[in-house]
Amino acid sequence: MSKNILPLALGAAMGIVASAAAAQAGTLDDVKAKGFIQCGVSQGLPGFSNPDAQGNWTGLDVDLCRAVSAAVFGTPDNVKYSPLSAKERFTALQSGEVDVLSRNTTWTLSRDTSLGLNFAGVNYYDGQGFMVRKDLGVSSALELSGASVCTQTGTTTELNIADYFRSNNMPYEVVAFEKLEEVVKAYDAGRCDVFSNDASGLYATRLTLTNPGDHIVLPEIISKEPLGPVVRHGDDQWFDVVKWTHNAMLNAEELGVNSSNVEEMKSSENPEIKRLLGVEGTFGEMLGLSNDWVVNIVKTVGNYGESFDRNVGPNTPLAISRGLNALWKDGGIQYAPPIR
Amino acid sequence: MSQTSTFQIRTEEAPRLPAPVSTTGLIGWMRQNLFSSAGNTILTIFGILLAYSIFAPLIQFALIDAVWSGDNRDACVVPDGSTETVGACWAFVKAYFPQFIYGRYPTEEIYRVNIVYAMFAGLLIPMAIPSVPFKKLNAVLLLIVFPIIAYYLLTGLVIGSDVILPIVETPFWGGLLVTLVIAVTGITASLPLGILFALGRRSDMPIVKLVSVIFIEFWRGVPLITVLFMSSVMLPLFLPEGVTFDRLLRVLIGVTLFSAAYMAEVVRGGLQAIPKGQYEGAMALGLRFWPMMGLIILPQALKLVIPGIVNTFIGLFKDTTLVMIVGMFDLLGQIQTSTSDPNWASPTTGVTGYLFAAMIFFCFCFGMSRYSIFIEKKLHTGHKR
Amino acid sequence: MTTRDTEVAQPEARTSLINDPQARAIFFQVLLVAVLVFAGYVIVTNTVANLQRQNIASGYGFLENIAGFGISLTLIDYSETSSYGRAILVGLLNTVLVAVVGVVLASTLGFIIGVARLSKNWVISKLAYCYVEAIRNVPLLLQIVFWYFLLLNAVPSARNSMEAFGSVFLNNRGLFMPKPVFGPEAVLALGALIVAVVASIVIKIWASRRQMATGQQFPSGLTALGLIVLLPLAGLVVTGFPVTFDYPVLKGFNFVGGQRLIPEMIALITALSIYTSSFIAEIVRAGIQAVSHGQTEAAHALGLRHGPTLRLVIIPQAMRVIIPPLTSQYLNLTKNSSLAVAIAFPDLVSLGGTVLNQTGQAIEVISIWMLVYLSLSLITSAFMNWYNQKMALVER
Repeated sequence: MSKNILPLALGAAMGIVASAAAAQAGTLDDVKAKGFIQCGVSQGLPGFSNPDAQGNWTGLDVDLCRAVSAAVFGTPDNVKYSPLSAKERFTALQSGEVDVLSRNTTWTLSRDTSLGLNFAGVNYYDGQGFMVRKDLGVSSALELSGASVCTQTGTTTELNIADYFRSNNMPYEVVAFEKLEEVVKAYDAGRCDVFSNDASGLYATRLTLTNPGDHIVLPEIISKEPLGPVVRHGDDQWFDVVKWTHNAMLNAEELGVNSSNVEEMKSSENPEIKRLLGVEGTFGEMLGLSNDWVVNIVKTVGNYGESFDRNVGPNTPLAISRGLNALWKDGGIQYAPPIR
Repeated sequence: MSQTSTFQIRTEEAPRLPAPVSTTGLIGWMRQNLFSSAGNTILTIFGILLAYSIFAPLIQFALIDAVWSGDNRDACVVPDGSTETVGACWAFVKAYFPQFIYGRYPTEEIYRVNIVYAMFAGLLIPMAIPSVPFKKLNAVLLLIVFPIIAYYLLTGLVIGSDVILPIVETPFWGGLLVTLVIAVTGITASLPLGILFALGRRSDMPIVKLVSVIFIEFWRGVPLITVLFMSSVMLPLFLPEGVTFDRLLRVLIGVTLFSAAYMAEVVRGGLQAIPKGQYEGAMALGLRFWPMMGLIILPQALKLVIPGIVNTFIGLFKDTTLVMIVGMFDLLGQIQTSTSDPNWASPTTGVTGYLFAAMIFFCFCFGMSRYSIFIEKKLHTGHKR
Repeated sequence: MTTRDTEVAQPEARTSLINDPQARAIFFQVLLVAVLVFAGYVIVTNTVANLQRQNIASGYGFLENIAGFGISLTLIDYSETSSYGRAILVGLLNTVLVAVVGVVLASTLGFIIGVARLSKNWVISKLAYCYVEAIRNVPLLLQIVFWYFLLLNAVPSARNSMEAFGSVFLNNRGLFMPKPVFGPEAVLALGALIVAVVASIVIKIWASRRQMATGQQFPSGLTALGLIVLLPLAGLVVTGFPVTFDYPVLKGFNFVGGQRLIPEMIALITALSIYTSSFIAEIVRAGIQAVSHGQTEAAHALGLRHGPTLRLVIIPQAMRVIIPPLTSQYLNLTKNSSLAVAIAFPDLVSLGGTVLNQTGQAIEVISIWMLVYLSLSLITSAFMNWYNQKMALVER
């Protein structure tokens, strides 16, 4: 009997084989070798990274991973998604489980340094806000003295709430949940007066409440939340690829290159567009990619503006205006260094 | 003097009278069990009231006021101004049922999951019924052949560049599928480990014993949730650069180690119950340690602890819900996620989902515990002292 | 003689090391140690390399840093400027609080259900059976979230609270009660309470000795109750009732003042005690059934009534069977309290998780968790072992 069991134990242990990718010097080579990008995303935040019923991921953060895939492979579909909780996200990146973390993660100094991460830009300038029930009759966050606040644990949100209420000398009670879903449920059930999150997240989650019309987002924005893609320390080439993928999408929008006109734009006389689309220069090769990398990105994913409008823009249920995320020349602060 | 006898000797049996009405039938039973004394009567009335106050609203909610069909939340929400009450929203469960059973497994591949379910049931049921023959063949099929086939069926099979079964990544698995995969893999993998540690704990070698005791007491002393956090957050740091594990596999490792410790204690109970004479007899026959254990001791000991193993399995089955906290979608996780779908958000959706989950878990666990009692009774007949 | 010598000597010579059980034992143990040391070495070097490569700080120094987040339930002083270490301590105390309250409630409920299960009354025993089977076959986590969301959904909001006695309020922010506030003079009453407790213990010992010696009984229980209630009360009367009550008042969004039980705690303790009580009920039932019926008959024959039979004869014997499994249920309850993380009750795991998220110190935080739970387990089992030994049958 025991003789039968021992090999069984081994068999079971081997049952689901570990995907042991050989340790290599560069993530880019690694990614090219395995043929896909492992992208860490949220467990479901409409507009940013959210799976539909068939398991297809969409959203602004997802588009970034798709753009990187388009830049590396020429097709946006060579991406595998790892839904990560707030708690797991950094270890997942540190341990190499994901190649890039595109999970509405706030860029802070401590994360940039002691966690061993590199933020490759800001794909959404956000700020933390508050949502309350209309019938509370509150019109400003300064009237929230004594309120119960529901939020997600382990985020900068939790710390900002503490700072805000403390600096305004308002007593408060914080109820911090592990998952966003639980926060929303508890708020919906009336456990808290206030739900605090990044403003984009507030709009996204308001859609999932029982009666979205009963809730308003207060005007105060209490923090800076630059959200962006993250890679590991110490792999500059991969860092550059992710960083410039984002910049290329911004530059494309700035230069008026979009998914429908990208082929015509190749014959544009504008030297900036020529460099962007690889007609002139070898900028793609400098990154370790092909020279038509931006063409691939824009053709399949679109420029930043297209991605924004498609996922979170005014015509989506989230109905977020560009605001800070407009290009610098349109009054926003999205500003990409030039490709030259 | 003739003496007429004053004795009357009955020559035939007196007619049998029925027992007093007050001791037989329904009335007798009620007098004995419900109204034997004033205190008992009060208790009975109290009990009936209590039962009524629990079951009446439950039936009202789950059956009478329930909504059985509908396409979205409108079916389960009380219209404004209406005074009717809406109970359980079963329409929601109906709409989400495939997700609860298969998670987000691709629709065109679901037949593979069904085959695995069917194979599992087809092999487990004859295994569980004592009178069905071919137990050995059945065990080999269930414990060796089935896991291999199930593995390839569920994850997919690609030989070279030929895609025989398209790969389905574990993040697409969910619902009951994940619950069963974790519970069944956990229990089958923890049994051999548990046996090893149980033997280790009873070993004469001090270091082996020490290591076993530390292992067992460590895993039994910490909550499963910290083990799961460890496997999801800390384990990746232990591995060399570039080596990563599938999330499901990491959870499986944690669950297996955890339940192996409990299994070890169950098996140790069985080993202790084997009389010393069995060991001495085996040694007298010249058997070495492993043949002695494998041929004489373990077959007896494991048979004794089948109820214990089933109980450990029930515990593990219930504990699989904890993987929800580390972000996997088991049955409970899947149900909880779907209750926040805005298309179905209504005051009763959440409760309905939990009720459904409770029913599924109850059916599985209650069934298994009945089975364990059945086996216990069956095993007891032979050697009851 | 010579032949015999060789016969004895030969097997010794032939016993190679491979067949010597002792040598084999040493070999296996050395092998085991080597494997363990090697595994440990690989893990440590991997971890160190991973941490260094990614520039992650390690060590427990972060515990001194300022936490910066708020906690909804603290038994000791804590503010956002306290350290991470203190936040974890707050979590530990909350875990202990839930465990202690849970153990008391679960035991009480479990004993009642366990006895009810053996009741001669059909309705009562079937009800108890349904309770046990329904509760223990449904996962605890499901029950916790169920109670939590039931509580949030079924109970009105703060402004329409349920009210009792004009000072106890129940709403979806929790249960609010008046909190007694003792003035400085209340020290006398506290002293009186201590005196009463000590006196009760002394009387109990004296009473049992006297009963052993003379057979005369003394109502020590009643005396103790009287002492413990009356003495502190006298103390309060003498000092002129230095007690005021802090009443909860609806102010702004929430109630302010008074004693508050947050909904997370109510849901967690309810679920934990109900779940554990179903297991304790089964243990109690099995324990009572394990006492042979002859004991009951003998007690009745001695003229003991039903109550004293149960109290003096059956339960003390049943306890010996009950205690060991009861211990493991208490341990389970303590460990299960970690599921608080699912409903945002700030226990050790949930606050540790927050610290883990804020600092990224996975290994350190997880090692603290494991250490604490292991110590709690060891302390509980040590206590229960001591109690078990005290209760154990003294065999002559």
